[in-house]
Amino acid sequence: MNLHEYQAKQILRSGNINTPRGIAAASAEGAADAARELGGDAWVVKAQIHAGGRGKAGGVKVVKSLDEVRAVAASLLGKPLVTNQNAPEGQPVGRVLVEETLPIARELYLSLLVDRETERVAIVASAAGGMEIEEVARAAPDKVLTETCDPLLGVQDFQCRALAFALKLTGEAYRDFCRLLPQLYRVFVANDLSLLEINPLVVAADNRVLPLDCKMSVDDNALYRRKALAELRDDSQIDAKEAAANAANVNYVALAGNIGCMVNGAGLAMATMDLIQQEGGMPANFLDVGGGATPETVAQGFKIILLDPNVKAVLINIFGGIVRCDVIAEGIIQAVKEVGVKVPVIVRLEGTNAELGRKLLAESGLAIVAAESLTQAAKLAVKEAA
Amino acid sequence: MSILVDKNTKVICQGFTGKQGSFHSEQAIAYGTRMVGGVTPGKGGQTHLGLPVFNTVRDAVRETGAQASMIYVPAAFAADSILEAADAGIEVIVCITEGIPVLDMLNVKAALRANGAKLIGPNCPGVITSGECKIGIMPGVIHQKGKIGIVSRSGTLTYEAVHQTTQLGLGQSTCVGIGGDPIKGLDFIDCLEMFEADPQTEAVILVGEIGGSREEAAAEYIRSNMKKPVAAYIAGRTAPKGKRMGHAGAIIAGGAGTADAKIRALEAAGAVVAQSPAGLGEAVQAALARR
Repeated sequence: MNLHEYQAKQILRSGNINTPRGIAAASAEGAADAARELGGDAWVVKAQIHAGGRGKAGGVKVVKSLDEVRAVAASLLGKPLVTNQNAPEGQPVGRVLVEETLPIARELYLSLLVDRETERVAIVASAAGGMEIEEVARAAPDKVLTETCDPLLGVQDFQCRALAFALKLTGEAYRDFCRLLPQLYRVFVANDLSLLEINPLVVAADNRVLPLDCKMSVDDNALYRRKALAELRDDSQIDAKEAAANAANVNYVALAGNIGCMVNGAGLAMATMDLIQQEGGMPANFLDVGGGATPETVAQGFKIILLDPNVKAVLINIFGGIVRCDVIAEGIIQAVKEVGVKVPVIVRLEGTNAELGRKLLAESGLAIVAAESLTQAAKLAVKEAA
Repeated sequence: MSILVDKNTKVICQGFTGKQGSFHSEQAIAYGTRMVGGVTPGKGGQTHLGLPVFNTVRDAVRETGAQASMIYVPAAFAADSILEAADAGIEVIVCITEGIPVLDMLNVKAALRANGAKLIGPNCPGVITSGECKIGIMPGVIHQKGKIGIVSRSGTLTYEAVHQTTQLGLGQSTCVGIGGDPIKGLDFIDCLEMFEADPQTEAVILVGEIGGSREEAAAEYIRSNMKKPVAAYIAGRTAPKGKRMGHAGAIIAGGAGTADAKIRALEAAGAVVAQSPAGLGEAVQAALARR
């Protein structure tokens, strides 16, 4: 689950980390009030969306009067912001963050993430602040500095020093940076983050080190023990169908095609998408109803798939293991009746009692086609959706 | 022979008296697994499914000599259960539970490195040696004793591979579902190494998916260390970047972890890569014929 910049910076401040002073606002007037409260004669107004690339898209503006604050906030709020990192329809701006401006000496890159190769939390830094780290890694891999932390020990002072020297920090900035890393590590662990990215981390003209931007993702698996963070969920930032699926606890990802897919198991669900494309079609979604499909999960799956008006056919691919295929077939029949499915439904059942399941589907009198094999099912779905 | 578990392996279940634990213990017993008891804190001394219940894994190991454990406890308690099993000397720990926080798994892995226990999972279907020992949620009925070793990140794709090898009369030695999480116990290479050394296994099927680079590492291992033929399938060629595809570990991050890169690496290592999950059986037949 992603957090907004203003939420992430609030969490940093709770971890005793200095950030630029800022106030989030949901209206133009509120933004002007925020600027007045912050004082000074220049501010930066930043659109709050769950995507990068805001600056280039006009979502971050430096302004020099309260009227300008009001005007920029009014132009951003309530409208979608399209950047080079989100979907073509963009994401709605519900809040702007009004911050003090800082004279900046240098821009650095810093992030903490769970590194699956070393099975540790990795700290990644680079002197090329403001650039996407993937780009830096491609262009100049030796410019990407990495330290990994033993989970039983956390980040060590020698690691902080090594990064600080490599980044050529001196004086107050060096000391600030070496204080900052253990604090960030504690914030990372205490909030069950999977990503904490500060880009840029700036060295101000007065040699203080401050996060100018901050992106945080919380491990979805840990939300049960991070209730306060779970409250920060903003469903306006994700696809409406994905939000509905989240609420129903279904693994769903919206895609651009017109063949709805319902599959048990994430691997088989991906494989089904691949097979549809191989046969010349386009999947409308990824949907995993879980290893043990039941009539309830199948009905739930139909409801979510059919929220997408582009869906012209639905392909159900179930490997019935512990749950028998005849039970799943009955569930599909019941769900098609209950949900009122109007598009053709192609079903591939394999596993325990598969033949009985296919027979039940064929005799249901509904617009359900029971395919003999996975390949045939994909072919049929592509034909029906064409 | 087989790998990890066989008909003599003594197995306990953690979360024994719960709904999942009870159901899958019954299935395991019916399959012929040598179940010797289970653990549910607070229910020690009771009998469940005709087997003794213990308060702690230590008690269970002392009384039964258990060597393997299958864990069906909720995600919030699963990391603790893995550590408890390792501490009690369990050699093969199979954790079925999905949704364990990733930072918990970092701690578990660090502790296991010092302990030496083999962890399978979490978020996996488990491990089965066909006709001998079933520890997990896979349907036993599709398995048949035979010569193909299977290692997979996906549950239902493993069942596809099992089903096809059974239909072709090849059968399976042992099938290991290593799980869909980014931080997990046994990996492809661990299993490939065991299959290479196992006399019953004549060929291996490897089922991978997008995310991480363990398939690439496996390809390198196959190229330099394996004499037995390998067939493979990689799911997620059409998955969009940056989206988590169901499994916590199935995500293309920063352009790395794509299916195409994994397929290229495996093909370059001499593996027969199936274009569709429906072609897994034929792919392993082709790999065997190349020998």
